[in-house]
Amino acid sequence: MHTLMAWRNIWRNPRRTLVILTAVVIGVWSMIFLGALMRGLTNQYLEIGISTLTGHIQVHHQDFRSDPVIQNRIDRPGRVAEALEPLLPPGSHWTERIRVNAIANTARHAQGVTLVGIDPEREARVSFIGGAVKEGNYLEPDDPYGILVGKALAEDFETRLDRRVVLMSLGVDGKVASRAFRIRGIFRAETEATEKQYMFVTMAAARDMLGLERGVTEAAVLLPSHELTGKTAEALERRLPTPPLAVQTWRDLLPLVRVTIELYDTFIFLWFLVVFIAMAFGIVNTLLMAVFERVREFGLLKALGMRPRGIVQGVLTESFFLLLLGTAAGNALGVLSVNLLAESGIDLSALAGRLAEVGMRRVGYPQLQAGGFRLANVVVFVLGIVVSLYPAVKAARFTPVEALAHT
Amino acid sequence: METQSIVSLSDVTKTYRQGRVQITALDGVSLEVPQGDFLALAGPSGSGKTTLLNLIGGLDRADSGSIRLNGNDLGAMSESELAGMRLEQVGFVFQSYNLIPVLSAEENVEYVMLLQGVAARERREKARAILDDVGLEGMYDRRPAELSGGQQQRVAVARAVVSGPSIVLADEPTANLDSATGRALMDMMRSMNEAKGVTFVFSTHDRMVMDYAGRLIRIRDGRVAGDERREGEAES
Ligand SMILES: Nc1ncnc2c1ncn2[C@@H]1O[C@H](COP(=O)(O)OP(=O)(O)O)[C@@H](O)[C@H]1O
Ligand SMILES: [Mg+2]
Repeated sequence: MHTLMAWRNIWRNPRRTLVILTAVVIGVWSMIFLGALMRGLTNQYLEIGISTLTGHIQVHHQDFRSDPVIQNRIDRPGRVAEALEPLLPPGSHWTERIRVNAIANTARHAQGVTLVGIDPEREARVSFIGGAVKEGNYLEPDDPYGILVGKALAEDFETRLDRRVVLMSLGVDGKVASRAFRIRGIFRAETEATEKQYMFVTMAAARDMLGLERGVTEAAVLLPSHELTGKTAEALERRLPTPPLAVQTWRDLLPLVRVTIELYDTFIFLWFLVVFIAMAFGIVNTLLMAVFERVREFGLLKALGMRPRGIVQGVLTESFFLLLLGTAAGNALGVLSVNLLAESGIDLSALAGRLAEVGMRRVGYPQLQAGGFRLANVVVFVLGIVVSLYPAVKAARFTPVEALAHT
Repeated sequence: METQSIVSLSDVTKTYRQGRVQITALDGVSLEVPQGDFLALAGPSGSGKTTLLNLIGGLDRADSGSIRLNGNDLGAMSESELAGMRLEQVGFVFQSYNLIPVLSAEENVEYVMLLQGVAARERREKARAILDDVGLEGMYDRRPAELSGGQQQRVAVARAVVSGPSIVLADEPTANLDSATGRALMDMMRSMNEAKGVTFVFSTHDRMVMDYAGRLIRIRDGRVAGDERREGEAES
């Protein structure tokens, strides 16, 4: 009957109840929706970063990142394979690369690029390049002279399929090594910067050019989920001779992505705070109003022998119902709007200039996330009940005599 | 006194402070209420009737003197003990707004039993029986807003007596009723008193209501100004 009473009480003033509900619904919805949008944006950003030759985990020679020359290489890649393969979770992929700085020349143009020697088959499962060739063909294994060039670079160089590009870099012997390649394919990437930076050749071609027998400069691992990164990297670190090798995760390799994600998390947190404070004021005010309208009633309940705790419980039950209805509707609305926009995305062109600079897409695809969901609901629910304690305790404090004298 | 006293007050005073002004609402009241009384507290407005009823019911505390209910000293009880005492031993009927608006007549009567921990079935049976007794059969499901003033007061009386309290305190129960309805309510209370031996103390400044009393205590300026038993029934 106490529950029934609370339920009926919230409908005594339907307009007021609808006002609170609207506040809770908008609050919960905005938390879910904004959270999902932010998560979508940062996840896309992270995906792009990871697929642009980063992966979740990389193994290098410890000096390679500060001095990326062929001398700082992994001399015995077999050891990495031995250490890595047993601990990779199912669904993982990994590959090896030779990555060196080089100068690309055509008859009229020259530009610094990153030359990447890949195992075409394995690389396709780890990074974007497998599906990125839009003109011509992807590399055949062991193609000795084929090269993949980015669309933007091809345009800068005024070159096209089947034309020659000469690459120069420092070989293993410390002397300049050069080799002429033929453009087999032109690839597109999320950003022009990527298209202009990377050129892909087969591992065999890169080794041949640099005078290398068996080494690689990096091993890159793509895991089935971001969450596995830390654990896998730690396990790998224990199994590898570090130094001379070093294990890094995308957090180390993509500092800008990491900082951006942290920034967005902070933003979401602040948004939650703002929404919650606004909502809390709404809840407290309306409940106080409701409590003060019913002073006589609380006095009556106390006169009848109800303990203050019972009155607190009664008011909290009312608040519980309001929060329950509000969060339920807010969740429904959140899921609905996110699902509606998950396909088409939200055009963020107004911000796009800035987003594109750091390699983010112009269209945001909101992504629901169990964590964000839970957080929004727990925040609203738990804190909602906590702030309701104030009006509830107020209601329990009226003494029967003053309450009954109240008109 | 041959019968056991339910209520016993000795030299009770109560003063209200309003800013700098002190108002003496009760000024040395001593009183015994034996089991089975149908007692009217009569006096003009402001004489201290409500204050006295509030003190007897443990809604408020006296400044000095002692109040005993069934031999227990109310002054020595904690707030929580007072609440328990009110729940188990006292029935209240106020002048108005007696009922919980969101509960039906039956639920209002059941509510006290719910607080007392009575099982659902028994609550329902007792509530319906007592509502029948006060002439509200068939109105179990009406909300207070769907009942007349007289019917609301009947529900309040039903709630006050339903679980057999030691005493029912009614503060001007007929003040908001027309005289015919008031009379009917007094008849009903009187028959509860006679049939079930429920002890009633009610306040009034209405001659007609005083005529129902088995015992009439006159209050003037916070003092007992007269105490008479009236065995003969008034039928006016
Ligand atoms: N809460 C209060 N604060 C101040 N004075 C009060 C309060 N309650 C009652 N009084 C005063 O005490 C006196 C007795 O009041 P009350 O017991 O209500 O009388 P009655 O019920 O006979 O009309 C009156 O003078 C009244 O003004
Ligand atoms: Mg009064």
